Amino acid sequence: MTIAISIQNLAKTYANGFEALKGISLEVEQGDFFALLGPNGAGKSTTIGVISTLVNKTSGSVEVFGKNVDTHVYETKLDFGVVPQEVNFSQFEKVRDIVMTQAGYYGLPRKLAAERCEKYLRKLGLWEKRDERSRSLSGGMKRRLMIARALVHEPRLLILDEPTAGVDIELRRSMWEFLTEINNSGTTIILTTHYLEEAEQLCRNIAIIDEGRIVENTSMRKLLNELDSQVYILETTSQIPPDLDLKLEKASLEIIDEHCMEVTVSGGLSVNEVFAVFSEVGIKIDSMRNKTNRLEQLFLSKLEGND
Amino acid sequence: MFSNHKYIAFETIVIREIRRFGRIWLQTLVPPAITIGLYFVIFGNLVGRRIGEMGGFQYMEFIVPGLIMMSVIQNSYSNVVSSFFSHKFQHSIEELLVSPVPNYIILSGFIVGGMARGLAVGTIVTLMSLFFADLEIQNLFITITVVLLTSIVFALAGFINALFANTFDDISIIPTFVLTPLIYLGGVFYSVELLPPFWKFVSGLNPIFYMVNTFRYGILGTSDVNIVWAFFILCVFIVILFTSCLLLLRKGTGLRS
Ligand SMILES: Nc1ncnc2c1ncn2[C@@H]1O[C@H](COP(=O)(O)OP(=O)(O)OP(=O)(O)O)[C@@H](O)[C@H]1O
Ligand SMILES: [Mg+2]
Repeated sequence: MTIAISIQNLAKTYANGFEALKGISLEVEQGDFFALLGPNGAGKSTTIGVISTLVNKTSGSVEVFGKNVDTHVYETKLDFGVVPQEVNFSQFEKVRDIVMTQAGYYGLPRKLAAERCEKYLRKLGLWEKRDERSRSLSGGMKRRLMIARALVHEPRLLILDEPTAGVDIELRRSMWEFLTEINNSGTTIILTTHYLEEAEQLCRNIAIIDEGRIVENTSMRKLLNELDSQVYILETTSQIPPDLDLKLEKASLEIIDEHCMEVTVSGGLSVNEVFAVFSEVGIKIDSMRNKTNRLEQLFLSKLEGND
Repeated sequence: MFSNHKYIAFETIVIREIRRFGRIWLQTLVPPAITIGLYFVIFGNLVGRRIGEMGGFQYMEFIVPGLIMMSVIQNSYSNVVSSFFSHKFQHSIEELLVSPVPNYIILSGFIVGGMARGLAVGTIVTLMSLFFADLEIQNLFITITVVLLTSIVFALAGFINALFANTFDDISIIPTFVLTPLIYLGGVFYSVELLPPFWKFVSGLNPIFYMVNTFRYGILGTSDVNIVWAFFILCVFIVILFTSCLLLLRKGTGLRS
């Protein structure tokens, strides 16, 4: 399996002394749809900045399709396209000129550039706007323009930094479809996002980053399986014996106080079975609340674990 | 990927630069033409008649080469500094930095863009000067070479200014406090033969003095300086500035965090 991007022990300390990345390592396979998830300030954009050479790293290494970005600047840069978090095209230029100029930077001959430009502006619903100054586009259109721009040289790896921030639901869905289509046609995609739903919808693998560290790096499926478990908070009328032990494989228990405990029940086990065990040992349940809320909950717990 | 990638990238940058100053011609081409036109009318025509001869020529004839050179210097500089800084300011410079375009191509593209504007304004001013003076170019080769080299020097200087600039003030400080005085004291309006020895010596430290005089030599056939020496100085400046720009670009000064 080819590795599209491999990041080893990447650290970045900004000029003001702030340690934005504290040694992260990541690998993304070719063809993957990979999510980099993390709260504000986690270091997502810094990571992308290092890959795209806008940020000078402090230490570590980055390889794109097996080639080091420091020593094979030219080849590696041809291989990826970046959609940044913030608008970074000239506000005074026309939509088509922006994409055509980008094509020129990647050495596309004019005719091919014009074809690709039309293809991607159409796909992203911007063809009608081609002769307008980019300044006059809406926020969502600006984002799509940056996607078209990143694709014009048809890179093997597409990196998107929060592509759907500030995009309405309908448009977000069509963007998802578009990205899935691009991914299905073989392009490796890495995206950062705050929207957990987005990662869940799109991505096969995921890394969670917080305060410059990777706190989780797994497949989306495994993560979702973990989420399958439910945590219930049970209040009891009778006292909970401190040495209470649930004789169930798929459930675990944490006693909070004499009348309250948390029970984690994994997929497949019914709540009734749990209750049956409680009544066997003579504990009466007074009330029950569901604690977990899937991905959000897990996300938070991973981040707490990082403190 | 594409064998002529670098050429295409270079051409792309140059075309974009030319399109930029063409789009805003009211700010880039017209004002310098008006300013220099006023110099022609006031200094050359009105005041000049009373001055009589300067360096063996009528005052109008004397200042025309200087004013053409002044417009080339100012516009080459200002095109690069404002365009590059504006790309920095809008972050559109990232398009180039993320792309595989090598630094020397980025630099050359902006330099040629700056030269295009410097020469465009220079041409406009030259055409205007024909209304005021009959000029016969004595040495076309020297005239053209010195304009091109001077234009490169100031385009490069503008590039360095833009790299270090963080605010719009930073891109007007150098032109106002350094460039303009050097131009005015660089023999555009007078022959250094008029100056006392000390100031004559000081003028010799001003690189613009050599450029203006060499250009004047190309057109009028007379000069206050040694032409070979002037070309040598121009080439040294170009090498030093070009190398500095490349080093700064490699380091990412003002561009990469
Ligand atoms: N140029 C800089 N100088 C100093 N600190 C910086 C710089 N750029 C970013 N940082 C800091 O580095 C940390 C990581 O920033 P980064 O932009 O990578 O976060 P992020 O994960 O992309 O966040 P968000 O989701 O808000 O975009 C932040 O604390 C930020 O303040
Ligand atoms: Mg970010």
